[in-house]
Amino acid sequence: MAKTDIYEADRDTTWCPGCGNFPLRKALAEALAGLELKPENVAVITGIGQAAKLPHYFRTNGYNGLHGRALPPAVAAKLSNTELTVIAATGDGDGYGEGGNHLIHTIRRNPDIAHFVHNNQIYGLTKGQASPTTYPGIETEVQPEGVTSEPFNPISFAVGMGASFIARSFVGDRDHLVKMMQAAIRHKGYALLDILQPCVSFNKVNTYQWYSERVYQLEDDYDNTDINAAFKKSREWGDQIPIGIIYQQEKPVFRESFPHLSDSIDVDGPDKAKVKNLIDNFS
Amino acid sequence: MDLNLVLAGEAGQGLKTLEALVGKALFRAGFNIFSNKDYMSRVRGGHNFMSIRFGDRPLQAPRQEIDILVALNDESIEKHQHKVSEDGFILYDGKFDDDRFIDIYASEMAKRINPKAKNSVYAGAVWKLLDLPIAILNDLIGEKFADDDIVYDNHQLLEVGYNAIDDEKYIDYNKSFLDGKDNQEIYINGNQAVGLGAAAAGVKFYSAYPMTPSTGILNFLAQNQKDFGIAVEQAEDEIGAINMALGASYSGVRAMTGSSGGGFSLMVEALGYAGVGEIPLVVAEVQRPGPATGLPTRTGQADLLFAINASQDEFPLIVLAPTDQEDAFYQSFRAFNLADKYQLPVIILSDQFLADSSKNIPEYKLDNLEIKRNFVDSDKVSPKSYRRYHFTEDGISPRAYPGQLADNVVLVDSHEHDENGFVTEDIELRNKMMIKRFKKLDKFIAEDRLEPEYIGPEEPDNLIVCWGSTAGPLKEALEIIQKRDENIGLLIFKDIWPLPVEKLKSLSNLAGKIISIESNFSGQLAKLIQQETTIKVDYKILKYDGRPFAAKELAERYFNEVINHG
Repeated sequence: MAKTDIYEADRDTTWCPGCGNFPLRKALAEALAGLELKPENVAVITGIGQAAKLPHYFRTNGYNGLHGRALPPAVAAKLSNTELTVIAATGDGDGYGEGGNHLIHTIRRNPDIAHFVHNNQIYGLTKGQASPTTYPGIETEVQPEGVTSEPFNPISFAVGMGASFIARSFVGDRDHLVKMMQAAIRHKGYALLDILQPCVSFNKVNTYQWYSERVYQLEDDYDNTDINAAFKKSREWGDQIPIGIIYQQEKPVFRESFPHLSDSIDVDGPDKAKVKNLIDNFS
Repeated sequence: MDLNLVLAGEAGQGLKTLEALVGKALFRAGFNIFSNKDYMSRVRGGHNFMSIRFGDRPLQAPRQEIDILVALNDESIEKHQHKVSEDGFILYDGKFDDDRFIDIYASEMAKRINPKAKNSVYAGAVWKLLDLPIAILNDLIGEKFADDDIVYDNHQLLEVGYNAIDDEKYIDYNKSFLDGKDNQEIYINGNQAVGLGAAAAGVKFYSAYPMTPSTGILNFLAQNQKDFGIAVEQAEDEIGAINMALGASYSGVRAMTGSSGGGFSLMVEALGYAGVGEIPLVVAEVQRPGPATGLPTRTGQADLLFAINASQDEFPLIVLAPTDQEDAFYQSFRAFNLADKYQLPVIILSDQFLADSSKNIPEYKLDNLEIKRNFVDSDKVSPKSYRRYHFTEDGISPRAYPGQLADNVVLVDSHEHDENGFVTEDIELRNKMMIKRFKKLDKFIAEDRLEPEYIGPEEPDNLIVCWGSTAGPLKEALEIIQKRDENIGLLIFKDIWPLPVEKLKSLSNLAGKIISIESNFSGQLAKLIQQETTIKVDYKILKYDGRPFAAKELAERYFNEVINHG
């Protein structure tokens, strides 16, 4: 196994002490090292939020774009530069709120990318407003009477869309998280990994302890290719929260619809004879 | 000679196919052509028409008077009959009490052969009126359809239409010029020209959400994606479209997106990212009148100030405004080289009039076109040393794509950042980065920005300024205007932002007036000129009804609004 220090960015972070992003980053380094991926062959593509700062604190290629917009560039980068291992990293607000439309259509396209959602069920960067996954009843400055909308269930949603890989993990169980990250990266197609993590500053309900008491690894005899079982499993939440690969299936990958694309980056442009032929259509 | 054929009917009657056939056939016959569409935003019904103007001299604009009207329904007669000249003809499926009418029983004739090919009867009839060889039409039908039966049916119906016109009815014109015509020409519309320029420049990724009148670029590239190795993707929305293009560009390929004003509005945040992230990007903004949904299928030039100011805060941006179907190809090609050289967004600001009008132009010359990607030389970068935003003399940092350099990573960032791409709030770095980014525009201005095209005497009395596609109708109008106002000059802006000002300054000390002619409500070019030079435009001839300028109309407005009020 390669050393994990090759992914160290040698930078101070702005994450709060105890933030779930620290163990997540550590797991990512272990996952990539285990897969023997070089930093220059990986691109971490993010939107905006605490999770989205990852490319600054982690040494691979990085693209820290716009809030909610991690998936479109990740889809395009993988399509155009096929040798890259592309990881989109978003928070729950970034990926499930602002970027919701892109999530729908990325699942439909099934590009060969991994999508890690740092799901802490709260807005961290903007200081504690409700996210799409915040529990009803939780009070914030913006929702003083408590959140009233139903939380978004990313796992049910992805199962409903027939996504090709759907998993959940928890930053408090690093071995599991590393395994899930590696499975998501290895999976051919769009791999959604919803990662439960506490926000120590703004989410006083869903703490390390809260999650630790509830998460359990999927049973050995759980069949993650059975979509009905997956749907049922996706509805489990509360006292018992399943982690592991909830559903997976083989599906055509987005790139397969583009067999005419070059496998390498084109710097020369098309043959002039070819352009001339096209022009001749207009004569 | 200068003739105008109008094909009119409702959506769904095959007008577009008929226009493509007859327009191309007239082009092949050796005429100069200018054809444009006037269509409503609907799939069925409504009133649509295509004008095909053709003649012995180069044409740049539509004309209002009609010589041959093909009326596919009654409404077309109501709308256009009064514009048909006294010795003109109206081809109609049925009887009508008017000497100009020719009853073409197209439905009945087509019923026996192939009702779907009915419009070929009209094409044949037009051909006879013009006394042109039917082989031209027959050949085009053969090129268009793969199915021999369909070709045969159409050939028959062309002949039926041809024979339906008796010898006493014809359009009188001198055909001698047709033999001497240079055939190194093509017949193409503005959207196709932009798409062709992009394909020639090696675009490898085009993502867009369909929006009239920009969709023609999406269609063109989709049709040619296999031959040219282009990934063409219909995005879920315009925000997705531009962010995809940015991701593709970051990953190393030439990328482009396109829309009209409404969709472009959604793209603005990402445009700023292309600016601060220094990610090369080409955006085609094919204008239509707004605000919001506006007049979806009509034309206008009202997004000029929006396009050049489409940003929060400030970043370097280049805006090119192609003037016609020839210029659009070269500008589109050039846009990619500029985007790669200066690592910034380049907007091609077109409009519906240019996008949907077809014209004969000299065939594009490829010899002098050179693609320059401007990536860093891989051998010159040692491990762990690469900095995406490295400070340089001219502000242009060596660009690499992910995976290009051994043991080096590429980090791009939408925040303010340091040379490595790391987010920063450092005062000194912020200032240096702002200056770095804008230095690139200084270099563009010094090395690549094009001064406007000027037509006229060295020291004009009056000077007309215009930009983009208005140039065509104006060039034609100029010939009429010059008859009464000999010493007039015409200045046509093609590079529109940053505004090139030298030529304008050298011409601006004139005895007469400066007149701006634009398709918008407030005279946006006039405002821009004043902002950039303090030169004040004296008169503005403006049009914002969504319809293109015609030459005669322009000349009349010039005489009425400028000369007679001067």
